[in-house]
Amino acid sequence: MADVNRGNRPLSPHLQVYRMPLPAITSILIRITGIACYGLAVLVVAWLLAAASSERAFDIVDGILTSFLGDLVMFGAAWALWYHMLGRLRHVIWDLGYAVEIPIAEKMSIAMLAGATVLALFTAIVV
Amino acid sequence: MVEFTLPKNSRIRTGKTWPKPEGAKNVRKFQIYRWNPDDGENPRVDTYFLDMDKCGPMVLDALIKIKNEIDPTLTFRRSCREGICGSCAMNIDGANTLACIFGLDEVKGDTVKIYPLPHMPVVKDLIPDLTHFYAQHASIMPWLETKTNRPAKEWKQSIEDRKKLDGLYECVMCASCSTSCPSYWWNGDRYLGPAALLHAYRWIIDSRDEATGERLDELEDPFKLYRCHTIMNCAKTCPKGLNPAKAIAEIKKMMVERVA
Repeated sequence: MADVNRGNRPLSPHLQVYRMPLPAITSILIRITGIACYGLAVLVVAWLLAAASSERAFDIVDGILTSFLGDLVMFGAAWALWYHMLGRLRHVIWDLGYAVEIPIAEKMSIAMLAGATVLALFTAIVV
Repeated sequence: MVEFTLPKNSRIRTGKTWPKPEGAKNVRKFQIYRWNPDDGENPRVDTYFLDMDKCGPMVLDALIKIKNEIDPTLTFRRSCREGICGSCAMNIDGANTLACIFGLDEVKGDTVKIYPLPHMPVVKDLIPDLTHFYAQHASIMPWLETKTNRPAKEWKQSIEDRKKLDGLYECVMCASCSTSCPSYWWNGDRYLGPAALLHAYRWIIDSRDEATGERLDELEDPFKLYRCHTIMNCAKTCPKGLNPAKAIAEIKKMMVERVA
């Protein structure tokens, strides 16, 4: 309602005071990991571009991406990708009209966090 | 529009700390949002102390005790004191609920923090301006729309059809759900919010209503309905235990089904 004329009336606090329930936290994490996946796409494209341009360029970019810091970023990216996928899967379930209840939404939230972690670890071990 | 911080005139200052009750053993601290439209100052949070051995069990009991015994200027809405009028909705301990049916023993931690319903223009202290919220409710035509001739007696409904209204008709329009919804915070000017949409669904599935198509047409809009991202704060916070998120999901499903 920030856009409605309210004279000199203050806006009551919102994010500052609201204790976000788990389903809300896992919901905004879907948005955040979605944006992070764009970052991942940029890194992958940079890697491919470097591979296509020259051996020297590839060595530099590949060196960065496979360094310890690069590994850390890639692990985070794998987590984000898996998490985003699981989150979208939850939306598919919801859009079919199932599980729009608080107890099961909370269980799915925990499952998404745990699932993304397990899948990211699996990805890190395999790749 | 998404704005994470509060506007300049809304930032909260530390307010007054009122004296502790004398000789009390069981004291509890209350931090309550205050804003006076007449003094031209920013909102503040006042601190009060109550003797819990002499206080009723609900948050509303504590508010009334503060108003009666400590600070008569503390302003809030209340009426039925039994969760049926929806007047005393406010943000207690980080979630929206009705002060009259929320027990002081349900508040986690020692300090009881009380704010007005979130992201609303404040009229005074704990009283939000609900004008826009009510206008949105009116916009979904919260009444029976019929085209066939009026029956000799009442509009009849089977027991099964009546059952479809359970979990919907109980809503008391307290605005806890809508003001718990981040989508409503950012787009409340155009997004109808969980309360209005739950009421919309209540009339859409009423077997006696004959304007289902028009009602769905009215909601077919990127903002009015589709700003719901199933964050589910509405269902989590509803003091009546209703599930607006489910009602909205059902409306979305009907939108798809009627095209198919």
